[in-house]
Amino acid sequence: MLDLALLPDGGLSWLDASGESSNVVLSTRLRLARNVEGYAFAPRAREGERLRVLAQLCEVLPQVPSLAGAAVIQVDTLPADDRLLLHERHLVSKELAGLEQNQPVRPGAAVILATGASVMVNEEDHLRLQTLQSGCDVRAAQETISRLDRELGEKVPYSFHPEFGYLTACPTNVGTGLRASVLIHLPGLVLTKEIGRVLAGLQQMGLTYRGLYGEGSEVVGNFFQISNQTTLGRSEDELVEQLDRVVRHVVEREEEARRVLLRDAGYIIEDKLWRAYGTLRHARSLSFDETMNLLSGVRLAVGLKLIQGLSVYTLNKLLIYSQLAHLAHLEGRALTDSEANQVRATYVRRTLADEAGTAA
Amino acid sequence: MLCDQCKERDVAVLLTTIEDNAVRQLHLCEKCAAERGVETPTAMPKHPMGDFLQAVQEQSLVLQEDAVRCAFCSTSLREFRASGRLGCAHCYGAFERSLRELLRRVHGSARHVGSTYHPPSPASLQKRTTLLELRDRLRRAVETEQFELAASIRDQIRVIE
Repeated sequence: MLDLALLPDGGLSWLDASGESSNVVLSTRLRLARNVEGYAFAPRAREGERLRVLAQLCEVLPQVPSLAGAAVIQVDTLPADDRLLLHERHLVSKELAGLEQNQPVRPGAAVILATGASVMVNEEDHLRLQTLQSGCDVRAAQETISRLDRELGEKVPYSFHPEFGYLTACPTNVGTGLRASVLIHLPGLVLTKEIGRVLAGLQQMGLTYRGLYGEGSEVVGNFFQISNQTTLGRSEDELVEQLDRVVRHVVEREEEARRVLLRDAGYIIEDKLWRAYGTLRHARSLSFDETMNLLSGVRLAVGLKLIQGLSVYTLNKLLIYSQLAHLAHLEGRALTDSEANQVRATYVRRTLADEAGTAA
Repeated sequence: MLCDQCKERDVAVLLTTIEDNAVRQLHLCEKCAAERGVETPTAMPKHPMGDFLQAVQEQSLVLQEDAVRCAFCSTSLREFRASGRLGCAHCYGAFERSLRELLRRVHGSARHVGSTYHPPSPASLQKRTTLLELRDRLRRAVETEQFELAASIRDQIRVIE
């Protein structure tokens, strides 16, 4: 079983709720898609080519300060539950973890994990440089990722075209190769039914939204991942600035919606949120989706200061640790769905009781 | 509505003209429009065989284009259209024309305006490639218990490092 203690900061420092607007924005993620010159892109490459890409990267690793002390995890050698665990921590994509239907894990698939930055190797592109930060901090994330990109690009030759920019396997990523996204919690806009208009507005601004796990995932627990849709024709600074500006506007709209809810439907909202908290504190079986939706209510209650003494950090941790592979890891064995629902309820109950200083 | 000129037949076209710096709009029937040298959709002669040939020609152009392959990784344009993924960096050159159109549709632009990349110098890369190859040979020599060869490869690695 994968020893999570080996990962720098457990790969979870982004959950600490230290960033700006962290009661609304859970995290900011920036990723750059890069390919190494001289090899076919990972899906087309032969196994030997992918292994050479990985070897080349490991070779230069000590000379890349942004990846100091990094752990190299060869994802293709891990059993399925460990790969799911890494995916649940948002450290590897579904594709790299080989969790997509009919797409087994690719030989040579690996992830290099350092504090605050990581590199997925042999995903759709040879390299996916990533940084994940707490709260809304697009600027800091851009600095981190640019530094890593500069350091790595000096050691490993990237595929670059003067007209098309950084070349990627999928033309939707070509150019800057940059995807900047924030994971944002918008229960106020959902409850006031304003969300449709906000999401339509995003699309007009060249932005798009997805669910909790990015591409192809559904929206659960009122979490939306907002990101730039295009990567070509605008500079990295422009893309990042626009996301930052729009997200700040969405945060204001969400805060306004929360004020309206409290003003116009105070006791109804209060009752609904306390019921969500009550269920989480006492239920004996909880499905993942139900947990996400109830946690969304409790997160809103904490944001509105209706529930005191419960930290956003604990709520963030619950989002991650109440997933299937994390519960199985906790129990040290594989779990059926119904077993997982019971273990999840126990875990959530104990965590909330600890935080409240009472017995579960 | 009746034709502005003959006042007899139904209007088929709206003809906008500029005469003496003034915009003039005329509602004309097919016949009067034809007299002024304007072709209407219904008045245009039909060439069913011509349409057919044109379609065949267009289709064969698409098929020819689809069969184009990248010389480096042998991905064809057809495969790219099916999977949405290119095989390697050289595909961008091989499918340049089709890609430029696609990029314009997807991104609204086909030109990178972000940061420019300066690759590492060829000398330092050559050194690294040689080192990688030597390490590979060293591993194989040790695996096959050719220890003398392994020692000599290790010396070569030390010199380069």
